Amino acid sequence: MKYAYYPGCSLEAGSAAYDKSVRAVLDQLGVELDELNDWNCCGATEYFSQNELVATSVIARNLALVDSEHDQLVAPCAACFLNLKKTDKLLAEHPAMKCQVDAALAAGGLSYKPGRVHVRHLLDILYTDVGPEAIKAKVVQPLSGLRVAPYYGCQIVRPLNGFDNPEYPMKLDEMFEWLGAEVVDYPVKAHCCGGHMTQISEPEAFELIRRLLQSADEYKADVILCMCPMCQLNLDAYQGRVNGHFGTSFKLPIVFFTQLLGVALGIDMKKLGFGKELVSAEPVIRSKLDGSSVGAGT
Amino acid sequence: MVADTHGAHRSKFLRDVIADTPDGEKIVHCLQCGSCGGSCPNGAEMDYTPRAIFAMIAADRREDVLTSNTMWQCVSCYFCTSRCPQDIPITEIMYSLKRMAIREGKARKSDAPALAKTFTDLVEKYGRSFEFGIASRYLLFNRPMSMLKSSGMGMSMFAKGRLALTPTRIKNVKQLQAIINKARELSQHD
Repeated sequence: MKYAYYPGCSLEAGSAAYDKSVRAVLDQLGVELDELNDWNCCGATEYFSQNELVATSVIARNLALVDSEHDQLVAPCAACFLNLKKTDKLLAEHPAMKCQVDAALAAGGLSYKPGRVHVRHLLDILYTDVGPEAIKAKVVQPLSGLRVAPYYGCQIVRPLNGFDNPEYPMKLDEMFEWLGAEVVDYPVKAHCCGGHMTQISEPEAFELIRRLLQSADEYKADVILCMCPMCQLNLDAYQGRVNGHFGTSFKLPIVFFTQLLGVALGIDMKKLGFGKELVSAEPVIRSKLDGSSVGAGT
Repeated sequence: MVADTHGAHRSKFLRDVIADTPDGEKIVHCLQCGSCGGSCPNGAEMDYTPRAIFAMIAADRREDVLTSNTMWQCVSCYFCTSRCPQDIPITEIMYSLKRMAIREGKARKSDAPALAKTFTDLVEKYGRSFEFGIASRYLLFNRPMSMLKSSGMGMSMFAKGRLALTPTRIKNVKQLQAIINKARELSQHD
């Protein structure tokens, strides 16, 4: 299995733990990731708020850069995944827009034929292509005893997901059942973390974050599993300020799902980027999982 | 909805929204059911819910819609889009209203346009987003108090190695800029 890999800007700095754990886990599972050469930012939601043609052209450059060796592009970040997939669909369905994007790409000496690249989310690759048998066969540290709350957020499951339910997604739940974890079924697993609202209006953002933390806490989760850098940032880095704002005392570790998948596969916790989260995850993971052997792996 | 679905729409604003939104013509099928507002995690903070906005677009109330805070409260979670019984691309219409409000100088109720501009200016310079650059420039000029309150968190992020102080620049930033310039020229907007 071989994929072109689009890490996205967040995975370079703020969410390096995601990038590190993605690479370590896929390597362990025998999946080849080839980083897209000279990829650019997908623009998140910010270009679409200003100029749609610029937004789609900036994203289309990435699709055009996928070489003939690859026909699948994997993105771990929710915004990158949606933007790449949405642009491919817009170009396929709207000939007038395609004509203009073609001209913009041509100004950079590039071209792209809609549908040539199949944009996939990382979870889909792991769940569908690698699959339960291959993953279960490599589990050396079952996650039994650890209560995990899978958090899907928005843009991976809506509106163009194609592999899971947009209202009540289950794929991440199922994957962590394969790993032996106690999966927490809580009602807000596909609700919004507030996205960039923390930068625009803090009280509103904090309320959206509080709802998620409170629900996971009420259902007695030990950790929340994220698939998106923005979700992880909002729930982890802003947790202290949310506590200050509401007088709450949440202390919920927020990790990327690939980090904990890596623990189950016996990968050294240091290679998985643990320690970068502001609410430390290692103590609860070690205490629930018989600390002596956790993270001592390869 | 109240729109004239036979022939040209009487509301110029409705015609403009349709022209600016891929699949925007579906807006005329709005049943005014309110599933959108009811599904919105931030609906309580909006001046008007999407349902009301669609009725106002049909009624040509351009000024009221474009000066409202509604689209700026949209967090792009796509719950409304996913639940709309008429398949209206509601989130995309919110993007379209954001663009129109910026172009027409009506975006007064949010710092979101400033954040968007800071973000994309940095992308155009380096080819990658630059979190520290966005936070420092945007917060300093738009939300200095917030910058102060976030400084402790910023220090923690820095201590954990999660805050790069210098941007990453892609190799062929000139190619990206050529693409952006051409797209901007063709769109006839900034």
